[in-house]
Amino acid sequence: MQIHTRIVLGLVCMLVAVWLVAPTLVVIPMSFNENKSLAFPPVGFSWQWYENFLTNPEWSSSFFNSLKVASLVAVVATVLGTLAAFGLDRMRNVTTSGFLRMLLITPMVVPGVVLAIGIYAVYLDTRLVGTLTGFVLAHTILAIPFVLIAVSASLEVFDKRLETAAASCGAGRLTAFRTVTLPLILPGILSGLLFAFVTSFDEIIVALFISNPYLKTLPVQIFTSITRDADPTVAAVGTILFLATSFIIAGGLLLGNRQRKG
Amino acid sequence: MTSISATGAPARGAAIDIVSASKRYGGFVALDNVSLHIEAGEFMTLLGPSGSGKTTTLNVVAGFTEVTSGNLDVGGASMVGTPAHKRNIGVVFQHYALFPHMNVGRNVAYPLTLRGIGRAEREKRVARALDMVKMADFAHRYPSELSGGQQQRVALARAIVFDPPILLMDEPLGALDKKLREWLQLEIKRIHRELGTTFVYVTHDQEEALVLSDRIAVFNQGKIEQIGTGRQLYDEPATLFVGKFIGDSTVLRGDVRTSGEETAIAVAGETVVTRKRLPGTMKPVMLLRPEKLSLTRPGQAANGRNRLPGQITEAIYLGSGSKYEVRLRDGSTAIVRSPLEAEIFAIGDAVSLTFAETDAKLLADDGRADLTLT
Repeated sequence: MQIHTRIVLGLVCMLVAVWLVAPTLVVIPMSFNENKSLAFPPVGFSWQWYENFLTNPEWSSSFFNSLKVASLVAVVATVLGTLAAFGLDRMRNVTTSGFLRMLLITPMVVPGVVLAIGIYAVYLDTRLVGTLTGFVLAHTILAIPFVLIAVSASLEVFDKRLETAAASCGAGRLTAFRTVTLPLILPGILSGLLFAFVTSFDEIIVALFISNPYLKTLPVQIFTSITRDADPTVAAVGTILFLATSFIIAGGLLLGNRQRKG
Repeated sequence: MTSISATGAPARGAAIDIVSASKRYGGFVALDNVSLHIEAGEFMTLLGPSGSGKTTTLNVVAGFTEVTSGNLDVGGASMVGTPAHKRNIGVVFQHYALFPHMNVGRNVAYPLTLRGIGRAEREKRVARALDMVKMADFAHRYPSELSGGQQQRVALARAIVFDPPILLMDEPLGALDKKLREWLQLEIKRIHRELGTTFVYVTHDQEEALVLSDRIAVFNQGKIEQIGTGRQLYDEPATLFVGKFIGDSTVLRGDVRTSGEETAIAVAGETVVTRKRLPGTMKPVMLLRPEKLSLTRPGQAANGRNRLPGQITEAIYLGSGSKYEVRLRDGSTAIVRSPLEAEIFAIGDAVSLTFAETDAKLLADDGRADLTLT
């Protein structure tokens, strides 16, 4: 009976796992298609779409644009989000801090299109469309909530009395933050950083509005390419991103495990 | 205030002067015009129930709380307005407060690193401090791998490693079991003797206060009721609260008659007398220590003019003697400790409670005495 339940449970879990991952996995065989079509199952085998991704400047430049934007956003959003989380955590007035927290999280709740239209309207006037500054600003707004939530969660479990103990040892506020608070909330900050990077890297709605031919991010390139012609390069890009994110997540999990043991 | 001498030799303790300190949180008075002088090198315990102001006083000295009014001098210099991290005072917390991301060695070295002390000197001092608390073998462990008692010993090492002139301890043994607590009490006493630092110790445990302290300040409702040695507090309590808080006691209440220098109290029809008198118009009560009371069978001869009838409700054999609870006719309970060679009584026995006139303490029956005792 015990074993039966376990087998059934295992099968059901497998099914759910396959159901969740299968749509993503379909991309992998498609990326090796010999024909210029996104048909499934694919025909033959070739590396040509990977080659196209690396050599076609449209693809490589959009990839590097995304990398640049996401890296900058990750840094800016992590710094701002961490400071905001710390400030809100130490605020005496709970009503005000609750209101401010809500305000900072709105970009996550407001429908992307609404936000995109607003940003687009402002950017037209300020000539920020198609600029790196424009992308970083817009994506930072979208990424801050993720950092705020991740860092707030680790501040919640952080024992503030340790800062008092640090003060009794002779540490000023800033030294105590640097040597005690920061190392202990670092896992939260790092996961916020990762979230911020990913949020920017695969953001499409706002990016569609504020892109122009001179500055395009990878999701925009994928979207335009797939609506214009069924280019299997999309599948190659998808496969590369899938593998890259899998490695990052696996690395993060391993790191987390090691930290918990230490 | 420079207490880290160039040679690294332990600095001697510093005196603490708290002058008319008050602390208010909105309408709540945590500290009500408290004055306390602590001698250099003294072991002073702040004793009292929770919310009595003892921890607030400690926090004021540590710099975690600023007084609303009043003054604080440490080693002759005013500390009002000096932030905690510049006071050079060691603090041990009830919750250990070790840094979980540093191992024992780095935790203890932390105050030295902040003071810019070189590596060789740092290692020497960490080793010395860990030696003193008998944790030398644990330098590479992390706090999560240690028991509560071990963590507190490391916290103690961290608080003394920079040779502060003052060490504050806020119920450091509160979270530990009895056996460990008793052993660590003796360890703390030994460390105090070896260092010569001024120790200020907060506890609600009167036994712990008696074991450790040179002097004890008894706190109640934001005020100090009495300051004195354990013996002074036990033998000559200044208030009913102190008498009841330190040690076991029996309180006799009733109608009072005074004549000359005598005070008589009628307890359930019987009258007990003491040759003392309270000044003023305060209503007196008698307080008796358990070893000053003796038990006899009713009608049996006994020394002492004062006799009260009662019934044994609890008899506890303690090894070194016996402890009885006796229910008096007015419903109150008396606590009696009799020596090993005294007659044995059983629960339900009718007895006579006797005591000498000189052994009864006469104290004012103030309303503050009962509120906070549980």
